[in-house]
Amino acid sequence: MSDSAYAPEGRAEEEPLLSVDNLQTAFFTDKETIRAVDGVSFDIRAGESVGIVGESGSGKSVTARSIMGLIDSPGRVVGGSIQYKGQELVGNSEKEWQRMRGGEIAMVFQDPLSSLNPVYTVGNQIKESLRLHQGMRGREATEKAIQLLEDVGIPDAPRRIKEYPHQFSGGMRQRAVIAVALACDPDLLICDEPTTALDVTIQAQILDLLHELKDEHDLGIMFITHDMGVIAEVSDRVNVMYAGEVVESAPVEELFNNPKHPYTQGLLESIPSRNERGSALTTIEGEVPTPNEPATYCRFAPRCPKAFDDCEQVHPVPVEVDDETDDHEAACLLYPDDVGQTEAVELHQSREDATEQEVTE
Amino acid sequence: MTSLYQERREDEAMGAQSGERLVEVDGLKTYYGEEGGLLGGKPVKAVDGVTFDVHRGETLGLVGESGCGKSTLGRTLMQLETATAGSVEYDGTDITTLSGKKLKEWRQNVQMVFQDPDSSLNTRMTVGELVMEPLNVHSWKTPQKRRERVRELLDVVGLSEEHYYRYPFQFSGGQKQRIGIARALALEPDFLVLDEPVSALDVSVQAKILNLLDDLQDEFGLTYLLIAHDLSVVEHICDRVAVMYLGNIMEIGPVDAIFDEPANPYTNSLLSAIPEPKPNAEKSRITLRGTPPSPRDPPSGCVFSTRCPYKIRPDAYENLDDDVWEGIEVFREVLRERGDVTKSVRDRLRGLLGMETTGMDVEEVVADTFDQLDVPSDVQQYIDEAVEHVERDDLVSAQEVLHEEFGSVCENEEPEQLAVGDTGRVSRCHRHREEYMGTQTYQDVHDFS
Ligand SMILES: Nc1ncnc2c1ncn2[C@@H]1O[C@H](COP(=O)(O)OP(=O)(O)OP(=O)(O)O)[C@@H](O)[C@H]1O
Ligand code: SF4
Ligand code: SF4
Ligand SMILES: [Mg+2]
Repeated sequence: MSDSAYAPEGRAEEEPLLSVDNLQTAFFTDKETIRAVDGVSFDIRAGESVGIVGESGSGKSVTARSIMGLIDSPGRVVGGSIQYKGQELVGNSEKEWQRMRGGEIAMVFQDPLSSLNPVYTVGNQIKESLRLHQGMRGREATEKAIQLLEDVGIPDAPRRIKEYPHQFSGGMRQRAVIAVALACDPDLLICDEPTTALDVTIQAQILDLLHELKDEHDLGIMFITHDMGVIAEVSDRVNVMYAGEVVESAPVEELFNNPKHPYTQGLLESIPSRNERGSALTTIEGEVPTPNEPATYCRFAPRCPKAFDDCEQVHPVPVEVDDETDDHEAACLLYPDDVGQTEAVELHQSREDATEQEVTE
Repeated sequence: MTSLYQERREDEAMGAQSGERLVEVDGLKTYYGEEGGLLGGKPVKAVDGVTFDVHRGETLGLVGESGCGKSTLGRTLMQLETATAGSVEYDGTDITTLSGKKLKEWRQNVQMVFQDPDSSLNTRMTVGELVMEPLNVHSWKTPQKRRERVRELLDVVGLSEEHYYRYPFQFSGGQKQRIGIARALALEPDFLVLDEPVSALDVSVQAKILNLLDDLQDEFGLTYLLIAHDLSVVEHICDRVAVMYLGNIMEIGPVDAIFDEPANPYTNSLLSAIPEPKPNAEKSRITLRGTPPSPRDPPSGCVFSTRCPYKIRPDAYENLDDDVWEGIEVFREVLRERGDVTKSVRDRLRGLLGMETTGMDVEEVVADTFDQLDVPSDVQQYIDEAVEHVERDDLVSAQEVLHEEFGSVCENEEPEQLAVGDTGRVSRCHRHREEYMGTQTYQDVHDFS
C-alpha cells in the first residue's frame, strides 16, 4: 500500500473522457431557487462505468441532462465546467449540443418509448442515425442496422428491423434504444435508470449487454440508478448523491465494503438483503430535503446519527477519507479520518471558503 | 398501543404458527376477453389454474415477471375480477358466488393497497376525507366516531393530526403510501392484498413502509398477500412465497426453502437474476432468453418450456453440445414468433396479402444462429428440413419437424404439482420425477452459468 500511495495507478494517468467540475444547475421557480445540482465533480474514462446513485430528487437526472445540454427553462447550468475530451461544453450553442448528442454522447432513458418514434420502424430509426452520423445509406445501412440489432441481442433481426416500436416488448425496446444510440458510434453512453421499468430477468439481459458493449467498444458509461444491487453490478466506480451534492465517491468494491459517509452507510444498511430475514429493516430517519438554499452546512445533518455541532455551521467538501486510502472521497466533517476533529473541520472550512459561489438568475 | 382493532385479534395472531387456512384457492382461472369479441381472438389466460392456501396471520409473497398474472390473481381474490373457473374459499365461504349485499358485507374483511399512491388517491380530497371514505361507504357507526377513527388511523400509520386537512399532493411518496394503508385498515380487515406497495419508493423510504406493515401485522393479526417484483423485499418480509409464471404457480413454499434452495428451474432463473448489492459477488447467473410468451397462446406442456435452461432433452441429444442445443432452441423460438397467432390482425392481414412473407431471410437467421458452431449432420438434417418448409411458407410443418425431433416430455405433458422436501413446498417440474435427472445434477453436468 505504502508506495502506491504516491503512485496511484491506472485511473489517474489516463486522460478522462468526461470531466465534470463543480457543476451547478439550478431551477428558478416563482417560489424558490432549487439547486438541483450543487457543485458536483467527477470524471469518466474510456472503458469505465461510473455509477451515480441516490434517492429520488437527489439530482441524478439533472446531472445527466446537464451533460447532454438538455436543461430547459426555468433551469440553467449556472456554474462549473463540463469537459468532453478536453473541450468545454458549458456555453455551447444548441447546434454544438446537437452535434455532441448525435455523435459523441448518447443517452438511454428509463422509458424507451419516449426515445423511439412510434411512426417509424425500428430499422428506419437506426438507419436514420447511421445516415446522420456515419453517412451510411441503402443496403449498407440496412445490413449495419441488422447487425446492430443482433449486437444488442435481438433475435430474428432481419424481421425485427421492419417492425414498429409498439411491436417490441419492454426489454426489446430498451435494446432497440441502445442500438439506435450505438448507431451514432458514441464514446460516452449516459444511462438514466435504463432498467428500472424492467423485470429482473430482462434487467439481467440489459446489464449483461452493457458490460459487453463497454468492453468491446471501449465505451465510457455513466449509469444512474437508485438500486444498490444494480450499481454494484454495473459500475467500476460509484458517486453517491444527496440533495444536489456528491457526498461520497470511490471504486465500487471500496464503497460497498468501506462506506464512509453516514448517508452511504445508512443507504446500504436499509437494503433488505443486508438485513436478517424477518427482522425490522434499518432505516434513515427523516426525508431528503429540497436543496433550495446555499449549502452553508451539511445537508444531511438533520438525519445524521453522527452529527455534531459544527455540522450545522460548516459545509463539508469532498476530502480523501484518510491518508492511506487512495481514490476514496467523502464530503463529511468526520474526514479525513486520521487527523483530529478540529483540524478536519478547519480543512473543510478553508476549502469551502476558496470555492464559495453565489447562484443568481 | 391502540384500541384500533378490538381484542378479538389476540387469538388470531397465533394463526400464523398453526398454519390455519384463511383463504383456500382451488383450480382458479381468470381469463380476459373470453367472449371472443368481433375478431374471435383467444382469451388471455391471466390466471390459468392455481391451487394454494393463505394461512391466517402469515405474509405470502407472490413474485414473477410482469404480465405473469400476479395482480389479476390478487384482484380475483378480492373479487375485483370474476373468476372463470375454480373456487376461492374465504373462512369457509366460496366468495366467487357472492353478490349484492353479501358481497359488500364480505368486502369489509379484505382490502387492497396499490403500487402507485398517486393514482390510487383522489387528489381533490383531503387526507381526512380519503381515510374516512371507506367508513362512509359502509356507513360505519356515527360521523363522530368516524372522525375519531380517522385520527386513530393516521396515528397508527405514523401520520399526525396536522395532516388531516392537507391534500395528497403535499405529501411525499412514502407518506402517500401511509395514507393508502390507513384507508385500507379503516374497516378492520383481516386480509390485505398489497400490490407492489413499495416499488415506487426509494430504498430508505421503502424500509420504513415495510417496517410499518410488519408492525401492523403483529399488532392486528393481519394476513397479507404481498405482490412484488422486488425479490429482496419478498425474501425479507414474507413467511412463504409463491412463484408465478404465465398464469401458473411454479413453486410455493417457505421463504427459507425457496430462497436458499430453489427447486423449480424458473425460481432458480428468477432468483439468479437479482443483482446483489455486493460488487464482484461470485454468483453464477442464468440469463433467460427473450420474454415470456403471450398468455393468449401459452406453450404446450410446461409453460416454461420455451425458455427453460433445464428443459429435458430427448435421450439422443442428452450429450449434444450445449451451444448447438441452445441454437436449436433459439431457432425454434424464432419460428414460433414468426408464426405467432396472437399477432395483431393487421399483421396477419399483411401476411395474408403477401406483403411480407414469413419465409424471408430464414437462411440468414440459421446462419446467424449456428454461426461458427459444429452442427452434427443428424441435427443439421432436421434444420434443413425445417428451412425447406419455411421457404415454402409452411411454418407449421417446420415447427412440427423440430418438435417431433427435439421436443420432450416438457413440451408434451403438463407437469403436476409435486412435493419437494418436507417443508410443505410444492413445485411443478418434470425434473422432480424419479425418472429424470434432478435440476442440480443437470446444472452440474452442463456447467452453465
Ligand atoms: N423542470 C424542473 N423544474 C423545477 N424543478 C426541477 C425540474 N426538474 C428537476 N427539478 C428539481 O431538481 C431536483 C433534482 O431532480 P432530479 O430529477 O435530478 O432527481 P433524481 O435524482 O433524478 O430523482 P429520481 O430518482 O426521482 O429520478 C428535484 O428537487 C427536482 O424537483
Ligand atoms: S458532516 Fe456531520 S452531519 Fe454531515 S454527514 Fe458528516 S457527521 Fe453527519
Ligand atoms: S418441466 Fe421441463 S421445461 Fe418445465 S420447468 Fe421443468 S425442466 Fe423446465
Ligand atoms: Mg431521475
